Amino acid sequence: MAEVNPIMANPSVADGDPGERILDIRNLTKLFGGLRAVSNFDLTVPSGGLYGLIGPNGAGKTTVFNMVTGVYAPTEGSMLFAGQELSGLAPHTITQIGIARTFQNIRLFQNLTVLDNVRIAYHTHAGYNLLEAISRLGRFTRRDRQLTERAQDFLAVFGLQNRQLEIARNLPYGEQRRLEIARALATEPSLLLLDEPAAGMNPSETEQLMELIHFVRGEFKLTILLIEHQMRVVMGICEWITVMDFGQVIARGTPHDIQNDRKVQEAYLGTRTGKRLRFDAS
Amino acid sequence: MLRRRAFPAWIPTALVAIFVYLAVVYAKSSDLITTYWYQVIQLAALTAVSALGLNLIYGFNGQFSLGHVGFYAIGAYGSALITKDFLTKWSGNEVGSLSWIIAGQAGILVALLLAGALRVGSVWKRARAYLETGLKRHEALVLAALVGVILLAAVVALSAIATWVLEKGLVVILQNTVLKLPEALAQNVIFLLALVNGGTVAALVAYLVGLPLLRLGSDYFGIATLGFAIMVYTALQNSDTVIATMKGARGMVAIPRWTTWPWVYGGLVVCLVIMRNLIYSSHGRAVTSVREDEIAAKTMGIDVAQLKTLAFSVGGFFAGVAGGLYAHLYGFLHPSSFNVIRGFDPLIIIVFGGLGSMTGTLVASVMFALVIEGLRVVLPQGFEDWRFVIYPIILLLVMLLRQQGLLGTSEWGWLRPPLSPERDIPVPARAPRSRIAAEAEEA
Repeated sequence: MAEVNPIMANPSVADGDPGERILDIRNLTKLFGGLRAVSNFDLTVPSGGLYGLIGPNGAGKTTVFNMVTGVYAPTEGSMLFAGQELSGLAPHTITQIGIARTFQNIRLFQNLTVLDNVRIAYHTHAGYNLLEAISRLGRFTRRDRQLTERAQDFLAVFGLQNRQLEIARNLPYGEQRRLEIARALATEPSLLLLDEPAAGMNPSETEQLMELIHFVRGEFKLTILLIEHQMRVVMGICEWITVMDFGQVIARGTPHDIQNDRKVQEAYLGTRTGKRLRFDAS
Repeated sequence: MLRRRAFPAWIPTALVAIFVYLAVVYAKSSDLITTYWYQVIQLAALTAVSALGLNLIYGFNGQFSLGHVGFYAIGAYGSALITKDFLTKWSGNEVGSLSWIIAGQAGILVALLLAGALRVGSVWKRARAYLETGLKRHEALVLAALVGVILLAAVVALSAIATWVLEKGLVVILQNTVLKLPEALAQNVIFLLALVNGGTVAALVAYLVGLPLLRLGSDYFGIATLGFAIMVYTALQNSDTVIATMKGARGMVAIPRWTTWPWVYGGLVVCLVIMRNLIYSSHGRAVTSVREDEIAAKTMGIDVAQLKTLAFSVGGFFAGVAGGLYAHLYGFLHPSSFNVIRGFDPLIIIVFGGLGSMTGTLVASVMFALVIEGLRVVLPQGFEDWRFVIYPIILLLVMLLRQQGLLGTSEWGWLRPPLSPERDIPVPARAPRSRIAAEAEEA
């Protein structure tokens, strides 16, 4: 691994020069018929940062993810990833240039083994062609073994080395989440999008997950953008947070700023209540 | 942990394969089985080739296709034209249809490559956008369409010229090589070329049909491919208006009966090896991932459209080869052998044997032939048609009691997924261990 990039060591640099921004979303809008799911959304993610995107249900967070990953085409706006425009690119191309994601409701290859789930993520780096695969000649044997070994290394990092020949759907929930993150990382991304990684987890699994996200960010020199509902997670690990409501940005700042932001409290609890939100940032 | 197998899995599998081959050879040569049963066995084996193709499309890639019989028919008629020509010179010389079929495929490939190289699609779009800046919308559309048509015409003309030139050259080459061989050898070479070309023509058609159709979701794709199968059937019924020797609805006759057990068995083994090696490669895993979850596959960087086309074309190739073997088994082809009802045969076989199991397809193909033909012998005279009462009842029972098919997705011997070799899996030394990894290591 290379020496630590100073920007990565100090990820709260939010408005540096464009070179330091890995993702630069400007004026992003998505209409579903008459519904403005996302409206004039701006987001700048600094390289190496751990960035949170929060908001009440239906605020448009997952829609933003779906536009960044090419699942939906934006109605308007631009999304620059390391200087390259993303809108118009096919989902698999976007993955190939370095954006990986996980899903709110886990989308593993259910009936395949844990090992194959990760090996599939390596397909674009397989390094042999169809004829070599069918004839088992040329680069096939060596490259396929390398690919398998790399996948196994990945599983080891995530504590799944003893599970590699199990069928993915038979894993316990927490391990399925881990496998999904491992699989996303195997595509060798520089930006990882996590959509509610802690959904459905118990407190100890959540604890493990937070540690894992920290570990992964440091280990793979990643920028992470995550959507999360559990305030414990968001406040605990994110360095910078953007809050959305009804498709629009209502606040951005550090976890501390967000906890004290009046608009955010209103969005979550309604306007009448004077009560403070219970953010327990443990 | 992973266990290394005692010895390579291919050895017992190869022994079984050789035993099956020799058993049939022996049974035939010592008159244990009649010619009728000899043909039934060959039919079972060639049906397995076609069904393997459909299992790749539906069982492994998850695309519900009802058009498989169309590719089977294309392979059958395509190869029959070539071999019949060799004997009867219906096209004017022995290799006329062979050279036209090869050159035609090459021409289509040239057209596809040219269209890709000239970027016909984007040129049309750009021309339209440019013209719209200065003209009214409908004027721009007409002019841009004109540009597109001219480009397309150029592509078609160029590929037609390429085809024509190639055909002339091929005739000369084939006449001076294949036809100079001794009679028996020349016949075998022609048969091999006919089978391969039956397969590649079917694969090419599958590719072209797949380009627009594979975008559809599963059920819609099923109906669309059903439409394709009906189109092929109708075309075959009226084929005599284009190529007289195909005889349309009267049935194509005088096809040499060259299919023998070694040919069928060889074809089966080759197709099975191709399929198995494909499935257990990175490409095959990607094909399977499309079945499991298309959106997740896309986020893994997999070009889903490309892999669907790949599986559909390879599956079509298998069906085409099987069709070629079928054509030369009985020496007679009739469109009714390729109607939609017959198109369900491979589908029944793969569902019965287990979607996503090559072993299951092999077993089910043999059982299918044995049930349909075996009951004909077992049942008393005059009750033969009760086959079609007994056989559906078997299907109903299997589906009620075992939805995943006989073998589910399990495989046998060499067809099983190769396990990764046993090795210690260290957490890479460079990586500080995550606590999860350390905990799992202790466990």
